[in-house]
Amino acid sequence: MAQPVTERAYQGRVHEDSRRLMTAWMGELGRAEAERRVTGAIMISGNCVELLRACHVLPMFPEVTALQNAIRHKSLPLILKAEQVGYSSDNCAYVKADVGLVLEGGFGPGKALPFPDLIVCNYVGCNVYVKWFEHLADISGGKLFMLDVPFARTDAPSADDIRYVVRQLEELIQLCESMTGRRFDIDELREVLALSARAQDGYARCKHLTKHHPAPFDSYFDSINMMGPINVLRGTPEAAAFFDAAVAEFESLVAQRLGPLSEERFRTVIEGPPPYPFYKSFRNLFTKWGAVAVQSTYSTVGGIWEFGFRHDPRRPLESIAEQMLRENLTNRSIVARYGQIRRYVEDWQADALVIHSIKSCRLFSAGQGDMREHFIKDLGVPTLLVESDLEDPRYYAEAQIRNRVDAFFEALEHKKLVAAR
Amino acid sequence: MTVDALVTQYRELIAEPLSAVVERWKRDHPGGRAIASYPVWAPNEVIHAAGMLPLAVLGGGTSVELTHADARFQSFVCSIAKSTLELGFQGRLAGVDGLVFSNICDVARNLGSIYKRNFPHTFVEYLHLPQNSTSASVVPYLASELRRLAAAFEAAFGLKVTESALAEAIEAYDALRARVRALYALRIAEPQKLATTELYTILRTMTLVPVGEATAALDTMLGALAARDARPRDRLRVVVEGAFCEQPPLGLLEVLEEAGCYVVEDDLLLGWRWFTADVGGAGDPFEQLASAYVNRAVPSSTRHESREHRSVGLIEKVRRGRADAVVFMPAKFCEPALFDYVLMKQGLERAGIPHMLVEFEEKMWTFERTRNEIETFVESMLFD
Repeated sequence: MAQPVTERAYQGRVHEDSRRLMTAWMGELGRAEAERRVTGAIMISGNCVELLRACHVLPMFPEVTALQNAIRHKSLPLILKAEQVGYSSDNCAYVKADVGLVLEGGFGPGKALPFPDLIVCNYVGCNVYVKWFEHLADISGGKLFMLDVPFARTDAPSADDIRYVVRQLEELIQLCESMTGRRFDIDELREVLALSARAQDGYARCKHLTKHHPAPFDSYFDSINMMGPINVLRGTPEAAAFFDAAVAEFESLVAQRLGPLSEERFRTVIEGPPPYPFYKSFRNLFTKWGAVAVQSTYSTVGGIWEFGFRHDPRRPLESIAEQMLRENLTNRSIVARYGQIRRYVEDWQADALVIHSIKSCRLFSAGQGDMREHFIKDLGVPTLLVESDLEDPRYYAEAQIRNRVDAFFEALEHKKLVAAR
Repeated sequence: MTVDALVTQYRELIAEPLSAVVERWKRDHPGGRAIASYPVWAPNEVIHAAGMLPLAVLGGGTSVELTHADARFQSFVCSIAKSTLELGFQGRLAGVDGLVFSNICDVARNLGSIYKRNFPHTFVEYLHLPQNSTSASVVPYLASELRRLAAAFEAAFGLKVTESALAEAIEAYDALRARVRALYALRIAEPQKLATTELYTILRTMTLVPVGEATAALDTMLGALAARDARPRDRLRVVVEGAFCEQPPLGLLEVLEEAGCYVVEDDLLLGWRWFTADVGGAGDPFEQLASAYVNRAVPSSTRHESREHRSVGLIEKVRRGRADAVVFMPAKFCEPALFDYVLMKQGLERAGIPHMLVEFEEKMWTFERTRNEIETFVESMLFD
């Protein structure tokens, strides 16, 4: 009988560094009001954090607040609070948790999280972003800037698409100048982008290391340690250094043939965001089977770096526009995502695809049944689909999900045994 | 013909599958092409200018049982997305040469690409309609997007959209929209003369016939309505808001009226009366259409408008329609409508305008509970 698989006692430098950097960023936000720094809310997906940084606007991310509350099991009362004032049970729970936090008095003047002065809605695929930031502006009185990014609907972004986004970026710069009283310096943006490209390079190298057997980290559950620095802190020297250290640590694990589990029995690709309120429980369902995610789509919402795109300091605004238009998961169609996942399955030598379908985010989930159909019927990739939510614990049915996960890996194990004969 | 006779005829037409409508049109127009657009708004003018028949694809209502689409879309996805895909699987869009989707919501966005994957021989185009309403670059961008659509038609069907054809198409649709505005004005003035179930049936029919024919039909209808005699009743004047995409069942609209409401404004089939004034004028017609979309469009939950609060347009509708209350009628799972509900509700409360919420699904077929709720609301208002 096979030995039970256990999680290796691994909370290495990547985890610690990430925590330290993110805590420092939250601390900066907490001091922003007293230090009279201009703050700007922005969304994770295909964001232009480099531009805010170069404009001396301290970025804040409502999604990060929402996920932190979920992972700390604080989201449900906040969601209920928002539902009491009229939000529907069918609305995205990320938004409701954030609105609930405001209603609870956790956000705003004199609080650890200030109201943002500027609200930059980087509309990169997700339509809920538009509503979220309309509501945030309504609540906080912050200045809303709608940065409209045309959805990817042609083979490559057109000259018209790029021109449209660049023009809006220029208008955003003017707005930032008027709010900060500081003149924008394009060379400063180039420096920020160079640091950003260094972080992107490191993140991409980390993700390519999971092609090794065993993968040195879980590209779904452990990627969260890198998603903070790559999405929130991109463009800082600290983020660039963080990824230099991460590459070194993961290369060392590869050399030692160490992975996150005592044994890597199955290699999966996971599609969809995690159930943050049950992050550890959900992970345990896969750990038990020795299943390690060698790639994930969620880790690419901010940007898809592993296929080579980097910000180019020589073409600062154009390259920011290109990244927003094409080089991220959310501004691509769900069917384009099938191609990304297929590449992951093939190049990272995965045994199966796991789809975690969440109610809150229809951008991710609407139509994932079609995705399952395609991978099973057209490509012959064993595919599991489970449903819950990334923020609302009411949609996580542990027993039901466990049954499906167990049945799936039992079948997969049987298939492996038969193939080995 | 009387209004009743015309509406009876129209009811039969809108009950037909799109395939039957297209088959009949193509019989009279050999070699013709038909393009159907998913809600809310699509540039029918560009489709018409290419010499094709613009249509609306509005889901399956109660006419289709889901046998394929519910395996592809989850239970928490709105019904119209699933039933539209199902229409394809069941051959009820046969003869429709192409579909146009746009970025109204995340589900519609995904539906467009999933439809294309499942029906690779159907022309599917996705339009990105701008959400920035104030940038200096937005009108030129949208004009380029409309030109891209025209180029896609040319590449797929060899049908060129010339500027003069587009200018003529804009003129034709301006004429149709003027008639639709006249119908809405008549309903505000004399709601007893035109029930919302009738107005909806008339408008929906207009989504199935060529623009010239639709305009002529509305002239006939306006004439017939002028001759119609109806006694005003003591009813609550309401604005219906939130049903701009998935279509509410006619039975629900009937219940709303039977329970004591005059609907004096609504956002049903909003895309077919998208502009508050004529689009046409001098200059590049692509630019005209783009400029009208940005500067002369009705408020909508699917279009961000930086220049005014979400509730302003709704309150203006209430004032214009001399309405007593608002009935929010979002489709189940419709995120744009459900999010806007909160800001609009707060705006109405600040303005002292009563409101109620009635969620629906296109497949809904029992209305008794809803009838009770509406009756209670109406009574509380009328006898207050």
